[in-house]
Formats: sequence, structure tokens, C-alpha cells
Amino acid sequence: MFKIHKSLGAMVAAGLLAVTAQAASAAEAIKIERQSWPFSGFFGTFDKAQLQRGFQVYQEVCSSCHELRRISYRNLAQPGGPEFPEDAVKALAASAQVEDGPDDTGAMFKRPGLLSDPLPKIYANEKEARSIHNGAYPPDLSLMARARNTENVAPWYIHPFLMLRDILVGYQEGGADYIYAILTGYKEPPEGFELMEGMHYNAAFPGHQIAMANPFAAGDGQVQYQDGTPSTVENYARDVAAFLYWTSDPKVEERKRIGWVVILYLIVTSVLLYIAKKRIWSRVEH
Amino acid sequence: MATHQSTYEPKSGFEKWLDERLPIMRMMHGQFIDYPTPRNLNYLWTFGGILTAVLALQILTGVVLAMHYIPSVNEAFDSVERIRRDVNYGWLIRNMHAVGASMFFLAVYVHIFRGLYYGSYKAPREVLWIIGVLIYLVMMATAFLGYTLPWGQMSFWGATVITNFFSAIPLVGQSIVEWLWGGYAVSGVTLNRFFSLHYLLPFVLAGLVVLHIWALHVSGQNNPTGIEPQTKADTVPMSPYAVAKDAVGMAVFAILFAWFVFFVPDYLGHADNYNEANPLVTPPHIVPEWYFLPFYAILRAIPSKLGGVIAMFGAIIILVFIPWLDTSRVRSTKYRPLYRWFFWLFVFTCLALGYLGSKPAEGVYVTWARVFTFYYFAHFLIVMPIIGIIETPKPMPRSISEAVLGKKGNSGARVSPAGAAAAAEKR
Repeated sequence: MFKIHKSLGAMVAAGLLAVTAQAASAAEAIKIERQSWPFSGFFGTFDKAQLQRGFQVYQEVCSSCHELRRISYRNLAQPGGPEFPEDAVKALAASAQVEDGPDDTGAMFKRPGLLSDPLPKIYANEKEARSIHNGAYPPDLSLMARARNTENVAPWYIHPFLMLRDILVGYQEGGADYIYAILTGYKEPPEGFELMEGMHYNAAFPGHQIAMANPFAAGDGQVQYQDGTPSTVENYARDVAAFLYWTSDPKVEERKRIGWVVILYLIVTSVLLYIAKKRIWSRVEH
Repeated sequence: MATHQSTYEPKSGFEKWLDERLPIMRMMHGQFIDYPTPRNLNYLWTFGGILTAVLALQILTGVVLAMHYIPSVNEAFDSVERIRRDVNYGWLIRNMHAVGASMFFLAVYVHIFRGLYYGSYKAPREVLWIIGVLIYLVMMATAFLGYTLPWGQMSFWGATVITNFFSAIPLVGQSIVEWLWGGYAVSGVTLNRFFSLHYLLPFVLAGLVVLHIWALHVSGQNNPTGIEPQTKADTVPMSPYAVAKDAVGMAVFAILFAWFVFFVPDYLGHADNYNEANPLVTPPHIVPEWYFLPFYAILRAIPSKLGGVIAMFGAIIILVFIPWLDTSRVRSTKYRPLYRWFFWLFVFTCLALGYLGSKPAEGVYVTWARVFTFYYFAHFLIVMPIIGIIETPKPMPRSISEAVLGKKGNSGARVSPAGAAAAAEKR
């Protein structure tokens, strides 16, 4: 019996080596660098000024092609977000013309936007968007920071530890890391790289061919920050990634805050229950 | 145990009145208060209670979510986002429900492996075990249906892949799939019926859980020694002893649960499911939820479609036959020096299949999926019957109380087993 056991072990070991070799050879997976964000980890909270700058970048750059339909004006003034002054947001909303109706005669009409309105629509539908952009569809950005993630690139025996690490440190900023990597990933294609027509080279994008042109093509100074933060592409990318992280989960600050109360409550409860259990069981041998 | 009589004594007039008409309090008292439980149960035995609590929580959060969810192709994804953003504490309820599904499976896997390790499937607990397998099957169906509802990319393509399994059935396969879909593809019709069934099945599950507990309380609980309680000294009343222990297990499990809900709510899901379903765009990797990955690996390990589907369902159905495949006279793996190795090899096999299920079905991943699929079945069909015959079990204690008190040494000051039981009775 022991013999079978031994040969089985050897077989398993040999095979595991093969898996490792395979994983190394199939290393097309792109490694996205993890950034350190003010909102990382379980104590992290948003830097309001950063979210405000991020919104500015969205407004001045991204919003010419990308919608943000799941965000309403009111969200911009709510706690746990950029927290713009309500009056400023009201004025911003009023500057947009929103279709409403039908009125009593059955006609649709335009009116100034209200806090309750979502940010403006750009396209009537996906077909219109594609026809404008040579067949490419600029997706809505509301959920982009949840709909993308980074992947751990590691051999199989490292994976469980990386998973454990991510769970323990509460890593959930993969989407923001990805957006930052894409926005700063526009580079000259390497020698001999076949770029399809209308596509752009991006180091972080899967396959390295992306339909979106470099949004910060004009370079540093393209967006003028008001708060003294250097107006650099690096900052634009970082700030808009932070902003989109917020739009993807506007309740994240509340979630973490309540989370700590719940966890502490449960730990105390567990300890009390354990003491109670100890006392109850002390009456019998076990 | 079947012979156990409730010591319920109605105290007030109303209780007496009710007891003569519907002795429900008498039954509850007998089954959950003075019910004898083995005195040596470890914390792995708290998972039954944990699972019951998680099921109750899933039903509760699910009912609230259903008040805000709209099962239509155009509204489903948006309504989930509204729950996350605009419903009061909607983010919390939705995270609890989504994470709850994973926690349910995590707990059920601990529960199943505990049963496998301590031989809880052996006579006289075969029916209890088989009901457990049924519960597991219905759980899987419920989880699959529920994952379709947010109508993200993975919802849609997962539903497409899984329902397509049935097309592997010869002759009638395609008709069955179209009948399931209510059309020629996964569509709004499918979403509507999946929502209906997702609301129905948890109550079927609750019914099965009642049967599971009933069967459990007929044969009594197994315990780490695998020896049946023989005297009163071997057991303690469920309340307060087992209840106190269950409460600790539940509270600690709740910490883990809360950790995921509040700090990594999306960790156990797929980023791609935050993209709305699009029948025209196939995701680069269609991967099921983590709790299905071992079965997904088995499915893809078999080169033929029908064979893969048979192997995948077979991997679950085979669990039904374990009580008869295991030939050992000894229940607990604690006393089975040889089988113990194979038990842990089986655990490793399941984890490995899970890892391989998350990888693309190509190259060496498939080879390894085949090796582990082979062992998965061999464990039940070859290892269990053979080891049971050739193995020499370790010497076993004569009773639970000997196992418990023997190892404590001979501290004469301690109460004797009989005295302890008497003390327990008095409470």
C-alpha cells in the first residue's frame, strides 16, 4: 500500500512542475501595478479635493465621449463623495437642458436640469455612439471601476497566499488601478508591432490595441487645476480614476464605517459568548 | 434520539390548554432543549446551525431585494444598481445576499467534509445524508438561478453555458433547452422564469432542511469518535451545552461574513458582472462562481460534451451512494490511519479541481483536470471500498465518555461521568 502511495506522490509532484512551466510560458497576462489610494484598505476615505479634481477631468475630457448615467447631480453634493457645495451643483444642473414631459398638450419640452436629474446623455443609443466613433462604443463610465479588475499573475502555489492577502488587506481598488494604468499606458508601439487602423497602442490594455485615443494627448496643462495641484497627466489619470471609483460605489465610505462597528460588535459578542460557553461547559467534563 | 421523551411540563394555564390541542411546545422542548447531544462534539458540528441561520438570512434579504428588483431585460441591471445606490441600506442588503450565497457554500463545504471525515453518512444515517445531498443540489440550482438575476455579462453567459448542458442529451436535448429558455436563446422570458424559480426554491430548501433535521433527530448526531452514545453519561442536553457552543460558532462565522460584506464585497464575484448583459459580446473567459469551479473542471476534463455533463452531474450523484461504497466498520477517520491520507488527498483534489476550473481549458490544465477528475471518482469507487476492507483501524475507546474522560488523566477530584450527567440534568 505504501508503495502505491509513494508513486502517487511522485506523479503529483511531477505534474505540478509541469503546471508551473505552463503558467510561466502563457504569461500574456498584463501585470497592472497597484497604486496606493487615499481610499485603499479598510480605513481609507476619499480625498474630497481629489474627487473634485477627478470630476473636473471627467467634465473637461472624458464627458465628450463617455456618459455617466448612474450619477445624478444630487450625488455630487452628497456626503461620502466629492461634496461640492449644493448651490454650485444646482447651478451646474440648471446649465443643462433636460427633456421632460409630456405636458398637458402632449408635447415634450426642455427645462433646466434639477438636482434629481442624471448627468446628461450624449447619445440617443449605442448605434448612434458607434456611428460617431467609427464603430467603437465609448461605454458608460459609472461602473467602470467595478467592471474591471487586476489579476494576480503568479504560479499556482503562490495563488492561495495572494488571495488570502487580498482578503485580509481588503483589496478592492483593482478597477481604479486598471483605469490609472490605461490612462497612463499610451506609449509608442514597440518595434514591429502591427497596429490595426484606427487603433492606438496601450501598454495596459489586453492585446495592446485600444480604440480610444489618448485622452490626454495635449499633455500636462490640458486641464487647469484650481487648487494648486500640479496639472500633470499623471495627476489627471489618478484623480479621474479615484472619481470613477467613487461613482462605481458611492456608498463605500459609509460601508467601511459601518463595517468597523459591525466587526467590533461581533468580536465582542464572540468573546462574551465564548466566556459564557466556557462557564456553562465547566459544569461537565469534556 | 428516537427514544428520547420530552420532559416538557406546561406551566401556565394557556400552555396546558395548548399542549392538549397542539403539543408543539412539547415537541420543540424535546427536540431543541433537553435533546441529548454527544458531549464530545467539536466546533465543526456548529456548521449545521450556521447553515440554518445563513438560509434564514438569505430568505430575509432576498425577500427585501425582491421588493426593489425588476426581472426584465431592460430593467434588471438598472434595478440592482438602484438598490446599490438609492435604496436605503440597499447596498448592505444586496451585499449580504450576494456574499451570503458564497458563505452558504463555504459553510456547506465544511459541513460536507466534516460528514465525510467522521463517517456521518454511515448507518443509520444514510437517509439523513441523502437528504443532505438533495439540499446541496437544490442549493446549487438556487445559486445558479440567483446569479442570473443581476443580468450582467457573467449572469447571461453563465446561464447560456449551463442551460446548454441539457442540449447534450441525445434526441430531446435541444427541445429541453428551448423549453427551459422559453425561446431560442436566453432572453427576458428566461430571466422571468428564473426569478420565479429563484424565489420558489429557497422554500423547497427550507422544507428539505426540516426533513434533514428530523432525520438527524431520529438517529441522533454522530460525533468525533463515531461511537454511538450508549449511556446518559455520553450525552449532554442540547440546551444550554450545544446551544452555547453553536452560538460561539455562529458569532465567529458572522465575523468572517461581515468582513466580506463590508470590506471585500465584490471579491467573490466577477468584475465582468458589472457590465450589463450583452448577447452580442462573449466574455473572454466564462467562469462560474467559485463554488462551482471543481464541477466546471470535471465538465471540461471530459472530451465529449455528453460525457462531460454526465461526469459533472455524476460527481454530485455519486455522493448518494457513499454510505454503501464505504466498507469500513469504523465511522470516524480519527481511527483510520490509512484512509486519513486518502481523505486529505481527496480534499486536495477538490481544491485542485477548483483552481483548474478557474483556468482556461487548454494545455496542461486539462491534463491535470483529468488526473484529478479520475481521482475524484476513484476515491469513492475504488479507494473507499478497498481501504475499508484492508485497513486495520486504530484501537477505539469503548464509549464517548471514555474517550472524553480517559485523556484527561486520572484527576480523582473530577466528577465521575454519571455525576457529570446528573449535574447536567440539574443545570
